[in-house]
Amino acid sequence: MSAFSSLARRQFLNRFAGAVGGAALLSLGVGLYAGQASALPAQALRPPGALAESDFLAACVRCGLCVRGCPYHTLKLGELGQAVATGTPYFAARTIPCEMCEDIPCVRACPTGALDRQLTDIGKSRMGLAALVDHESCLNFLGLRCDVCYRVCPVIDKAISLENIHNQRSDRHAMLLPTVHSEYCTGCGKCEKSCVLPEAAIKVYPLKLAKGQLPEHYRKGWEEKARHGGSLIGEQIELPVRGMEDRPSPPKAPLDSGWKP
Amino acid sequence: MNSGSQTRVVTVGGSPAPTVDVARRYRSKWLLLRRLSQLGILGLFLIGPWFGIWIIKGNLSSSLTLDVLPLTDPFLVLQSMAAGHLPYLDAIVGAAIVAGVYLVFGSRVFCSWVCPVNIVTDGAAALRRRLGIKGGRAPAATTRYWLLLGLLAACLATGSIVWEFVNPVSMLHRGLIFGMGTAWLVVLGIFAYDLLIASRGWCGHLCPMGALYGLLGRAALLRVAAARRSACNDCLDCFAICPEPQVIRAALKGSGTPLILDANCTNCGRCIDVCSLDVFCFSNRLTHRFSS
Repeated sequence: MSAFSSLARRQFLNRFAGAVGGAALLSLGVGLYAGQASALPAQALRPPGALAESDFLAACVRCGLCVRGCPYHTLKLGELGQAVATGTPYFAARTIPCEMCEDIPCVRACPTGALDRQLTDIGKSRMGLAALVDHESCLNFLGLRCDVCYRVCPVIDKAISLENIHNQRSDRHAMLLPTVHSEYCTGCGKCEKSCVLPEAAIKVYPLKLAKGQLPEHYRKGWEEKARHGGSLIGEQIELPVRGMEDRPSPPKAPLDSGWKP
Repeated sequence: MNSGSQTRVVTVGGSPAPTVDVARRYRSKWLLLRRLSQLGILGLFLIGPWFGIWIIKGNLSSSLTLDVLPLTDPFLVLQSMAAGHLPYLDAIVGAAIVAGVYLVFGSRVFCSWVCPVNIVTDGAAALRRRLGIKGGRAPAATTRYWLLLGLLAACLATGSIVWEFVNPVSMLHRGLIFGMGTAWLVVLGIFAYDLLIASRGWCGHLCPMGALYGLLGRAALLRVAAARRSACNDCLDCFAICPEPQVIRAALKGSGTPLILDANCTNCGRCIDVCSLDVFCFSNRLTHRFSS
């Protein structure tokens, strides 16, 4: 092999290695950055029908057609510098919540399936889950009847109900506590938007953040009992309380003190 | 490009040619048409959000024209599939239409007639020429193909469309329509890179979108031809202005076809503009099929 061809070969290999190595480094960097930058901030909600976040980032081309489809200007595209992955659609419930259009125009506008067209009933969408996070500031927890989050809920009495609890502080009033039911809550964000406090006590978070999960083997006794029409383990033997035979049994008096305001 | 004297005596075919008209040397017909095309397309996207006239919705990544015609970036569809998602037919048809158009209209027409970053990098190149900045360090021009491959591999590995996290092309276009955020810094970075570090560094060496469009357009019909190459007086104006100067040699100096068949010719037409002897013209494979 002549000296020239050896030099040429070396130059070629150098350039080749430079191109491949440079490209591989860049790809690695971009891949790693993408992994970091794809964390969804807690207060950014995806449009209705959005695939699970990891699948969403494989499908969304960031074209903004869902944004154009939204008649209420709820949806925005993330801008570089914001916490949400740049160019992906999101909405902030406290700013403009989802109005839950029946024809779901944002989903129909999506060309890639990042928003799943199998969602045809907006009531079945799960953009997030409301959670009454601040029991210290919620006016209903203070004993007032604010109820605004309950009143504005598009799935009133199902997604949010008011649960009647005895007010132990005054000992004579009720507290009607707004309670979210994940079976019906779509995460539209109207409750968070309308909370009258300077900082909302009820907030909508992505499901992953807001929802816990029971272990799969857990069964609720009362549900099993109702399903089977009786206890699964038969009637239980009533055992005597030993060592208390000489004590008088507690009075069967009613708990009501009789006081009326 | 106007280096040297304003008039120049050239010799064509052995006989002295007339002096070249100064005004003609400043022709920029194709440059103006190209800017018109780039700004016009951007304008079509912008009159929706600005004036409520919705001809095109979306952005270059995917769009819907007059509520019927879907157009999608083929590179994005490829990445999405590599990441494990099969896009809806809308996106696939849109990508097929775009790919089909460039199969006919050629090698990287997107880059010089549509892409908004082209204006930025052309600006950097012009300033580089004006300031006389030479040298720098450009990566090998094949880097873009490896980057294209590497990014598809990264999509496969991470399960997400990775290039969209950093893609300056979609960032600029989307930013202008939907809000820039700090994407200006990325655009500024591209400008600075092309100006100070690598001549034609972004579009000519790195951009994987351009690389894919180049590969798509290899067999495209529309081509620039060095039709009157016998008139060439070796002034090198075309080489100096061309964003991909390596594509010219074979057509201009070779003995084969006068068509510029290199995949990286962007059909920008600047060589046609700057050549004082009208060596170049737009042509197509059919016209020049037998002329070699």
